[in-house]
Amino acid sequence: MINGLIGRKIGMTQVFTEGGTVKAVTAIEAGPCAVTQIKTDAKEGYSAVQLGFGEAKQLNSPERGHLGKLDLVKHLREFRVKDVSDIDLGHRVDVSLFQPGDLVDVRGISKGKGFAGGVKRHHFAGGPKTHGQSDRHRAPGSIGAGTSPGRVLKGQRMAGHMGNKRVMVKRLEVVEADPDRNLLLVKGAVPGARNGLLEIRKSEVRG
Amino acid sequence: MDISSVVETKVNEDIPEFRPGDTIKVKLKIIEGERERSQTFEGVVIRKRPSGAGASFTLRKVFQGIGVERTFPLHSPRLETVEVVRKGRVRRAKLYYLRELSSKMAKAKVKSRAKDELR
Repeated sequence: MINGLIGRKIGMTQVFTEGGTVKAVTAIEAGPCAVTQIKTDAKEGYSAVQLGFGEAKQLNSPERGHLGKLDLVKHLREFRVKDVSDIDLGHRVDVSLFQPGDLVDVRGISKGKGFAGGVKRHHFAGGPKTHGQSDRHRAPGSIGAGTSPGRVLKGQRMAGHMGNKRVMVKRLEVVEADPDRNLLLVKGAVPGARNGLLEIRKSEVRG
Repeated sequence: MDISSVVETKVNEDIPEFRPGDTIKVKLKIIEGERERSQTFEGVVIRKRPSGAGASFTLRKVFQGIGVERTFPLHSPRLETVEVVRKGRVRRAKLYYLRELSSKMAKAKVKSRAKDELR
């Protein structure tokens, strides 16, 4: 069984539940995806399927060669599948994979924040705002001891590049899945900007 | 696909058109544990926020000398009925300035719209 899809973030909105409370949801254009390659234990050492998503107008010749007679697709992503014996090349999956109430993990590229300080990047508290402080409001504070160890320890949290990174949000509730419109609504936020590419997988059930 | 087309907002037939400055009466479903009852809130519309599924409006009234404002989601299933009590004529879309006025002044500011419509 293929347990995931490739999608595109449409944006956020809200829906009312039957009780009248509001749920914030993210709308995702999910699938349909076609299987473009099947990876097997015998050949690749693990079993997975490669799915394609989005219509491509132009592809270079290696990409066309890889897809063969299949429809030209813009994006390829791999999904691990335990048993690939009953899956054919070109097999299509759509959003009917998910039912309302299911839990999904969504992976995407987070919005880039540029070079960010410690307050934004690691939730440092910053310095006092008053009592004669100057230039210390968003300072990181001490980054270690003195002569011993005489260096800054590896992994010390500091300012640096933030965002534009592959991020997964786990266990989001599926609110609606409409195969006619290839529309998926999940509760809560999802990484990345609008029109960003997303991988949606069923959450693994843990004991 | 466009975000505005994603969620269909079920238009409540019982909600007539109203504008900022109108005085309206809202009947609201309240769920208390098992019981369900209705509550009414009457006040002047001081703002309307049109934004698809998240559209809302705010009512203001003066109760026992204290200003009370309450915001309702326009598409909430808990909203039973909306009744326009009085049509007002105002020159602004957001009537935040009513907060600074005494209730007498506020009433004068929100004139009746009926006269204009006769003309």
